[in-house]
Amino acid sequence: MIKQWVKSGNPWIWMTAGAVSISILMVVGVLGLVTVKGMVYFWPNDVIEIKHKSAEGKQQNLVGEIYDEEKVPVQRIRDAGIKIETNDEYVTRYLLKTGNRDVTGADFRWVLAANFIAQETPGDLVVVERREWGNQYGRVLALKQNGKVVAEGEQAWPKLQESIQRVVGLHKQTRDLEKGDIGAINYELEKLRLDRRRLELDGVTDPQVFGGIKEQEQELKEKYSKLEEKLTELYREMQRDTYVFEVMDGKKIEQSVSKVVRAFQPNVMGITGKLGHYAEKVWEFVSDDPREANTEGGIFPTIFGTILMVLIMAVLVTPLGVIAAVYLREYAKQGPLTRTIRIAVNNLAGVPSIVYGVFGLGFFVYFLGGSIDELFFPEALPAPTFGTGGIMWASLTLALMTLPVVIVSTEEGLSRVPRAVREGSLALGATKAETLWRTVLPMASPAMMTGLILAVARAAGEVAPLMLVGVVKLAPSMPLDWNAPFLHLERKFMHLGFHIYDVGFQSPNIEAARPLVYATALLLVLVIIVLNLAAIAIRNRLREKYRSLEH
Amino acid sequence: MNADKGITHGINLDDLQRERQRLNIDEEEISLKVSDLNLYYGDSQALKNISIKIPKNRVTAFIGPSGCGKSTLLRCFNRMNDLIDGVRIDGSIELQDENIFNKGVNVADLRRRVGMVFQKPNPFPKSIYENVAYGLRIQGINTRRILDEAVEKALKGAALWDEVKDRLHESAMGMSGGQQQRLVIARSIAIEPEVMLLDEPASALDPISTLKIEELIYELKSDYTIVIVTHNMQQAARVSDYTAFMYMGDLVEYGDTNTIFTNPGMKQTEDYITGRYG
Repeated sequence: MIKQWVKSGNPWIWMTAGAVSISILMVVGVLGLVTVKGMVYFWPNDVIEIKHKSAEGKQQNLVGEIYDEEKVPVQRIRDAGIKIETNDEYVTRYLLKTGNRDVTGADFRWVLAANFIAQETPGDLVVVERREWGNQYGRVLALKQNGKVVAEGEQAWPKLQESIQRVVGLHKQTRDLEKGDIGAINYELEKLRLDRRRLELDGVTDPQVFGGIKEQEQELKEKYSKLEEKLTELYREMQRDTYVFEVMDGKKIEQSVSKVVRAFQPNVMGITGKLGHYAEKVWEFVSDDPREANTEGGIFPTIFGTILMVLIMAVLVTPLGVIAAVYLREYAKQGPLTRTIRIAVNNLAGVPSIVYGVFGLGFFVYFLGGSIDELFFPEALPAPTFGTGGIMWASLTLALMTLPVVIVSTEEGLSRVPRAVREGSLALGATKAETLWRTVLPMASPAMMTGLILAVARAAGEVAPLMLVGVVKLAPSMPLDWNAPFLHLERKFMHLGFHIYDVGFQSPNIEAARPLVYATALLLVLVIIVLNLAAIAIRNRLREKYRSLEH
Repeated sequence: MNADKGITHGINLDDLQRERQRLNIDEEEISLKVSDLNLYYGDSQALKNISIKIPKNRVTAFIGPSGCGKSTLLRCFNRMNDLIDGVRIDGSIELQDENIFNKGVNVADLRRRVGMVFQKPNPFPKSIYENVAYGLRIQGINTRRILDEAVEKALKGAALWDEVKDRLHESAMGMSGGQQQRLVIARSIAIEPEVMLLDEPASALDPISTLKIEELIYELKSDYTIVIVTHNMQQAARVSDYTAFMYMGDLVEYGDTNTIFTNPGMKQTEDYITGRYG
């Protein structure tokens, strides 16, 4: 009976189906975890006020949002020297995000549920997101303009909102000014400085030339000082309002509204209000620059850097891989040498990525980049231009890493083009090159896209080699901007994968950053999926167009 | 095989064009002249001392059992064998008195003068129009007007125009096998070659498509020298003016089709035509 069942092949079906199910479950599990943990981060939780007995037995007021809860053995707590009256073996404790790091020194604290005296969610509790020192939890008491109280008690809250709106607008203006106009002037000034240095190096002594440069510099500096005045004015405007805030233990602090990003009262927000807040936070996350050592604000530069790097890599790897494959398959004499090359190429795909990183650093950055600097940018030395990590070297390193998959799949595509079609073209008087260009390559293009899809999938998620050849924690300027020549291949860039590592494991405030890691991971997965879907869509179009000859 | 209809393989020779009776190879203008051609695949010899004259504006058929070298010989005429590794050729083939194996001969130019149609239809995965215009575009002709005219002329020449004139810009891959084969012929006609080589052009087609191809061959011979390789004895008898019988790399017998089919000089030829082997 059993023997027959084994013979029928059913166990194999069960085993293979089981393997597929496990794989799918694992993938779905990872995606699900990342999605859930990443998505809840932006939701405005209720803020609770807890009356609670502290370790010393004093009554204490705590305000914050519950972040986490866990069960711990009582023994562990007692060992830590904390008295606790219970007969249970385990007690529950909550991780409370209390914020106010500037006042209390810590963002988070553990609270034992057993020590709770009372817990409520009063509507007037306010969460203030700040540009520095993280969140603030407590109550707004008053709003001052130029040191004079303009609103107190009930009126303070709406007035504060108005003031925040104003400050946020001013902030945007200052940022546009700094990044836009002033950034452009600085860029021009730096170019002029390099121009002068180059002339000096070339041995030019003509005072007229230097005079011209000096004049331009003067002009720019005048423009700059005007902008600076404007900027100072804006900053002064921003400092106009202050607010008085009461934190949990009754301490009152007065702070400038200019430090506030947004303030909200989660306990009285309706579901639509919360949804609106949620959408706003998500949008901020994908469209804004990071703040506070990357633990707050958005991650737009990392998304941008990741996509740009992958695109540059695709532009580099496709022609190189296709040309190599065409030579190997169409022109090279098939023999032991081509076989060896093929084996070597296949094995290259298995080399650990960090090895490529080391190679990229040694060869591209130091050797190539250093030589380029000496030849073309001597005026900037000793500061390196291309002789340091940058988006071009990172893309090139990844292009090298993904070259094998493009070569292999292109070769496969070329070998699938029927001989009859090639002969048909040759018989019409086309040369081999014309046949390749007009018929064979278009027919092999879906296979090239397959190679590119695999390359993109591998490159977009790669972090290790990038750490050596150009990714940084915080890039001051993006590799693509409005200053000619617009695309700055020598610049360093930010990357989602590295961002995850940096925020999650290098951050001073791990607890606060943890949800951000999930959100960033989710975004990285989404970016890779979108890049892949785009490539797959193109491939399917090509496939349809060059449907092969099989009848 | 049907023995009681004699050695003609079931073909009623009276129905054939009687003009053939007066055919004489010595009076023909010669298009291709093969002299002492030997071809080797590595160590094995595939063609042995072939000498044959292909007359101009006639249809010449190569018949013989599988592996006899008829396709190999055909592929010599436009040097398609160059693409195969390890092929060695000696002897000469003269096209209009010039040896096509000479050093200075541009193979692409040669193939422009000697067109070829293969056993299985092999259209490019492009539109019908682009398929026909392909050879012209290769020559650098991209003027819309010239291409339009050439495509129409070629499609009419291949008796395909009426069927496809409304869908010239649809993919050629959607056509039937017979249409595809006529498209491939149109593609060759478009570059106006001197010689057309047909390598079993109807073997992958249904009887009706085959008939259309045969009619087409008959019409084309006023403009082109046609060489056809076929397994189908009736086809050879129907369409060809001259027939060459090959066996094991040797040219056994060559002559006008009537003589070969009614009064073959060699026992081997007779055996093959009557279906005793092959």
